[in-house]
Amino acid sequence: MSIHGWGGCVKSGKGSPLLEVHDLSKYFFTKRTVLKSIFGKPQPRLVALDGVSMTLNRNETLGLVGESGSGKSTTARCIVRLHEPDKGSVLFEGRDVLSAGAEEIRKIRREMQLIYQDPYTSLNPRLTVRAAISEPARVHGLVDRSGESDLVEELLLRVSLPSTVADLRPRALSGGQRQRVAIARALSLHPKVIIADEAVSALDVSIQAQMLNLFDELCKGLGLGMIFIAHQLSVIAHISQRVAIMYLGRIVETGPTPEVFLRPRHPYTDALLKAHPTIESQRNRTPALSGEIPSPYAIPRGCRFNTRCRYTENRCFSEDPPPVEVSPGHYSWCHVLPEFSSGMVTKKTG
Amino acid sequence: MMKQSMSGESPLLKVDDLTVGFADRRGFLLAANRVSFSVPKDHTLGVVGESGCGKSVTLRSLLGLVPYPGEVIAGSIMWMGRDLRTLSKKELERIRGKDISMIFQDPTSCLNPVFSVGDQITEMLRMKLHMSRQKAFNRAVELLDRVGIPSPKQRLADYPHQLSGGMRQRVMIAIAIASQPKLLLADEPTTALDVTIQDQILSLLAEIREETGMSMILVSHDVGVVAQNADEVAVMYAGWLVERGAAREVLHGPRHPYTQGLLNAIPKIDQVGQRNPLVPIQGQPPNLANLPQGCPFQPRCPFVNERCYSVSMELDRQEREHGSTCPFMDGEGA
Repeated sequence: MSIHGWGGCVKSGKGSPLLEVHDLSKYFFTKRTVLKSIFGKPQPRLVALDGVSMTLNRNETLGLVGESGSGKSTTARCIVRLHEPDKGSVLFEGRDVLSAGAEEIRKIRREMQLIYQDPYTSLNPRLTVRAAISEPARVHGLVDRSGESDLVEELLLRVSLPSTVADLRPRALSGGQRQRVAIARALSLHPKVIIADEAVSALDVSIQAQMLNLFDELCKGLGLGMIFIAHQLSVIAHISQRVAIMYLGRIVETGPTPEVFLRPRHPYTDALLKAHPTIESQRNRTPALSGEIPSPYAIPRGCRFNTRCRYTENRCFSEDPPPVEVSPGHYSWCHVLPEFSSGMVTKKTG
Repeated sequence: MMKQSMSGESPLLKVDDLTVGFADRRGFLLAANRVSFSVPKDHTLGVVGESGCGKSVTLRSLLGLVPYPGEVIAGSIMWMGRDLRTLSKKELERIRGKDISMIFQDPTSCLNPVFSVGDQITEMLRMKLHMSRQKAFNRAVELLDRVGIPSPKQRLADYPHQLSGGMRQRVMIAIAIASQPKLLLADEPTTALDVTIQDQILSLLAEIREETGMSMILVSHDVGVVAQNADEVAVMYAGWLVERGAAREVLHGPRHPYTQGLLNAIPKIDQVGQRNPLVPIQGQPPNLANLPQGCPFQPRCPFVNERCYSVSMELDRQEREHGSTCPFMDGEGA
């Protein structure tokens, strides 16, 4: 099966998916000196995303996990075209996002809303909560001045904030409250897709739990599709039905979350799970994974995980691993496909 | 080789009623309130709590590093029989970085960007241990090798910006253990790192502790990190130490409603796919400048009763046992 065949075969829901991302690639070029360009040195190319495909259905939360530099946020930004991807396609309800004109992309962005990690910098400090929440709707012409306060009232209720905060500015609010305002602002445009980029990572545990419950409610209550980006596996385990594990600009394993987390078939997923500290588990005597993520300027040949992998074979250094469907909807991009269970590893041939 | 025997059974560090206050024109607040704990030799104390609970301030106050306008206003910090609070600056300087070292959350801002890694390690060795230049250089190579930095000799010439976050933290650890300290204060040492790198750093610290019998105070907001690395856990809330005891006991049978709430609020990776709603702690953490009456957790507590307004906030158990400031929780175990 080729990587191109894969994009179509994960349509788990009925009908067409809400969002289809296919073979998305994004490179960043860095400046070189005049001298280097005269001597024909190539411009250094940072591979941020390299052939990422995924689908998102209505009423579904897809989790994206990976270390920093794995391309999670770039994926999010490419989907709404905050970065112009270099390759690939993004279909939102069948509409091509990447070739959409200015008017069309405005409409699409209205229906796909991003929520960011840091509610301290993502809100304008000069706007009151009321102004912040109603601004997007006003810009898109969804409400007029008279409808504004009703809208704000309704949205504050939806994100469980008292209506008294409407006239405060962000500095008077706590981190959790600010993130609720950011969510209310995103909801004001009746989006169909929410992309939450590390939206709970900056929050304390007790507040994080409140926010995760809120995201869960919203997804169920409004029938939203959500892409939830986080580096904390426990958060993803809790909130997402399907998960994609990213490493160095690629998805290395994807599938239903319980399936991937309980029966991982990629060494990287297994290492992430083993490295995750929990109250129940004992700390491993040796680190789950040695070394660090390679530079995105110099992606290793073959499987890009081969510099840190314990199960490498010869072909891991020469061939890119193809996706293999190890169980329905569960794909792993690994030549070796070891089976892991509670720390015991059995190697499977083929 | 670094193991040194302690005189008698007294703990290395014994902190009693440590109180840290911050005052400015707008008012006065207590960032740490009558905090007491002790750290014996070869022992790791984990301090958990959310932002603003006073865990970092408590840690910094031990070495007199509370940022202005903060000040230790009461209590004693007994280090091997001497009260660190009464020492002169010079005397404290001799202990700081030598007997007690510290590592911080953000290695980027703790390393000096204009000096090479080698300069920064050897500076420590020459100043605190009075080594010669050559000896310090050799020792620095050893140290970098010890903390798992590949080709250490070459790396000594590198500047901090040439290293990754994980490598910088390793350098920080190398500097901290250079003088073979008896106690390492670790303030969120892995919070800025990825989970696989965090795993590597924590394994490294465990190895070093095993080799040298160094004690550690590990401050973290991540209960999982503390659970896996600490012998004893102290839970802080709004400047108060609300529960303290052996790690297993505190985390598996919490005796303070806040600890219980904190543990319930954490999503559990082994409950993947069950999609039960989490049980958050209701409300917001209190404003330290305007604490509620009595128990600071009382406005968010599910077990609140009228006696909570006048509770004494004393840990109810003796030294080393599992104690909680909440007298009303027994039998309610999580």
